[in-house]
Amino acid sequence: MCDQSVFEIFHSELVNYVIQNNETQLKNTSKTHGEDLSNLEYIGFSTGFRIIERLTRELPRFRDELDTMKFICTDFWSAIYMKQIDNLRTNHQGIYVLQDNCFRYLSKLSNTKQYLDLSPRYVTFTCGLLRGSLANLGIRSIVTAEVQTMPSCKFHIQVQRN
Amino acid sequence: MSRASNRFDTKKVNSELVTLTYGALVAQMVKDAENTDDVSKQLERLGYNMGVRLIEDFLAKTGTGRCMDLKDTADKIQSAFKMYLGVQPNVANWSPGGDEFSFILDTNPLTDLVELPDDLKNLKYCNIICGVIRGALEMVQLDVQSWIVQDQLKGDQNTEIRVKFIRRLEDAMPAGED
Repeated sequence: MCDQSVFEIFHSELVNYVIQNNETQLKNTSKTHGEDLSNLEYIGFSTGFRIIERLTRELPRFRDELDTMKFICTDFWSAIYMKQIDNLRTNHQGIYVLQDNCFRYLSKLSNTKQYLDLSPRYVTFTCGLLRGSLANLGIRSIVTAEVQTMPSCKFHIQVQRN
Repeated sequence: MSRASNRFDTKKVNSELVTLTYGALVAQMVKDAENTDDVSKQLERLGYNMGVRLIEDFLAKTGTGRCMDLKDTADKIQSAFKMYLGVQPNVANWSPGGDEFSFILDTNPLTDLVELPDDLKNLKYCNIICGVIRGALEMVQLDVQSWIVQDQLKGDQNTEIRVKFIRRLEDAMPAGED
């Protein structure tokens, strides 16, 4: 029964760790390229993969992909982010856009453009979490995030069909 | 949307989220670091950073005042455990000098669902808690040392976290300033 703030602070330390660890490794190899957040995504993936199993244990099977997405937007999101997704859009061909107008990990940051370029750090874990959860529900996907104005965030889910 | 919301116990989910994410992080650290001692050290540092921020949250939410002695501090930390981890440890094993004590946890939410493989038996999995205690107390001018004495992950009955008071920190002016 952890308090909410614990996870928020823990999440920011998680981001911190991954970034610092990258920096030390980059120094050793003297490579220079952009920020590598794949470890953070993978931590999210493993968490999502495991937690969805515990959440859906008692639930009936989802009817279809859309039904699964609705579950993610409502129950899953409110269990983890204390609110539902504000808008779900789909082209019915495997692309889903989930919009959260006040994403929890961005809501504590400045809502000006000042830190906009750092926003990937705070949404990557969630991308992984989504990808992991869907993977365990049998949907292979690519999840990317888009932040145009803080603190709102759009998650793009592209389902891999083949 | 057809499904009713709040069908999950959010508190329980949040607690599992912490446990699972922490597990994933430790797994990543083990992959990144060369030896397990480094991982334990890093977990402690991560905890320290968290403690530095958590104490603010604690003071803001509880509105608690100054502690009169170390026993008082121990009680406060005990309530912080309850608040943040949802478990109430016992404060026990005071040293004769009154500067050292232990928290004894019957259950540890961090280690729910966790099993240590044989090659990581000397990993201090819960070191993050020690870090949190050290970081939080440093922000209220108490220099302490904290370490794990017993660990359920290693087959002990309880998890025991020892805290030792080192000294009171004084506010020091940076050199060259009046």
